[in-house]
Amino acid sequence: MNIFQDANRKQIADRRRTDWLLHILFVVATSIGVIALCALIIDILIDGISRLQPDLFTNFPSRKADGSGMKSALVGTIYMLLIMAPVSFIFGVGAAIYLEEYAKKGRFTRLIQLNISTLAGVPSIVYGILGLALFVRLLALDRSLIAGALTMTLLVLPIIIVSAQEAIRAVPKSRRDASFALGATKWQTVSRSVMPSALPGVLTGVILAMSRAIGETAPLVMIGALTYVAFLPNGITDSFTVIPIQVYNWLSKPQLEFKELAASGIIVLLVLLLLMNFSAILLRNKYQKNV
Amino acid sequence: MEALIHIDKLNLYYGAFHALKNVTLTIPEKAITAFIGPSGCGKSTLLRTLNRMNDMIPGTRIEGGISIGGTEIYSNEVDVETLRKKVGMVFQQPNPFPKSIYDNVAYGPRLHGTTNKKELDEIVETSLKSAVLWEEVKDHLKRSAFGLSGGQQQRLCIARALAVNPNILLMDEATSALDPISTLKIEELAQELKDKYTIVMVTHNMHQAARVSNQTVFFLNGEVIEYSDTEKLFSNPTDQRTEDYISGRFG
Repeated sequence: MNIFQDANRKQIADRRRTDWLLHILFVVATSIGVIALCALIIDILIDGISRLQPDLFTNFPSRKADGSGMKSALVGTIYMLLIMAPVSFIFGVGAAIYLEEYAKKGRFTRLIQLNISTLAGVPSIVYGILGLALFVRLLALDRSLIAGALTMTLLVLPIIIVSAQEAIRAVPKSRRDASFALGATKWQTVSRSVMPSALPGVLTGVILAMSRAIGETAPLVMIGALTYVAFLPNGITDSFTVIPIQVYNWLSKPQLEFKELAASGIIVLLVLLLLMNFSAILLRNKYQKNV
Repeated sequence: MEALIHIDKLNLYYGAFHALKNVTLTIPEKAITAFIGPSGCGKSTLLRTLNRMNDMIPGTRIEGGISIGGTEIYSNEVDVETLRKKVGMVFQQPNPFPKSIYDNVAYGPRLHGTTNKKELDEIVETSLKSAVLWEEVKDHLKRSAFGLSGGQQQRLCIARALAVNPNILLMDEATSALDPISTLKIEELAQELKDKYTIVMVTHNMHQAARVSNQTVFFLNGEVIEYSDTEKLFSNPTDQRTEDYISGRFG
């Protein structure tokens, strides 16, 4: 008996062709993203690699392209990170712990939750307007380092809260039960049982939020930080500049040399972003091994 | 045997659901009491009222009283954390913390303020010995508890519960996730522990109740149908429903 005799050859061929066509389509869809990214990186490398010299990191920006550097922008970005990271960690993780562990699950909590999720998607320039009104004008901080860092903190807070909540929620309930059953209070359970398990996930979220913040330009433009700064900030109330703003400044000049400088600035920013995302991945891998 | 726990006309509601109906029961000291009955009959719910773990489920309402050694545990003067220290619990799934074996056992004593290294060492050793795990783990206390087998993890959880020096040990289907050999070890351990501790265990396994317990309580739909000496309950039950259940006609 031939078990293949009633096979419909035409239908089989049609199915095969559909399968093959869609396979090609999906490969193309994937390649477009990858090719675009590669093209961007190659283009920037060609433009900027020649300017990627010690001068870039040790010199301040100047009117002449030769010998012009981005020391003030690099230091400004690092200072901003140093203020933003602890402030947004404390408030973001604090809010996440409250919402997950302490808040009663009611209508009010759901409303807050909905608001936070919405805020995570608000365009960054809106945070710029808020920062301008709140920090620059109302608190009279002017266009200072602290005003910029706090504006950026507002921008990343919802992202940190949401990702920290997810990490906290992923800790199994049985681990909380074990702690409570031994006579632990809420805070003892959170600090000794929940947070040690959630911390790698929380930190991953914080790092990814930080890497979003150092690439943002719009909110800082809004609070008036789009200036020519050829000195290092002496304190948190000094004016400052950051890498993306320095790049923007260079790009707005007509000379070709400044375009090259902008490209090299982008390379530095990309490397910084890669390093931060890489450390987030390392943390996540460590996390997966522990669970 | 003297009664340690008195449960008096206890009613418990989860929202509109009446989970425990007018439960009256006494539990003897330094003996094993088993709760049996089909799923959803309220046996685990009653167990969790004894260390007030039900407090954490929103919408739980309780009427009636439970006293342990003469103290009404649902009165306002009772400190829940102290109650849970005196009434330890072992869960259905072994749930060690992602920490070392040592830190798992030391977790409880540290919560309650023991920080002295020598004292902690001593507590860890005696607790692990009481849970008959010491010989297997004494050379690698610093290793992760997750490296232990399921049965060892459950004995570690028992050691962890014993480390805060409780009077009562609640076991919520503590062997249902384990293989027969590990189950047997836990049962033998329970037999040893009952000289020092009052044990209340929930089991879905009637044979286990018959094997290890001194007193058995049969639950059905949130009510206590019958409770008596284990031997009497299994050989000569007074209620027809108990007889139907233990002879396997339902459940």
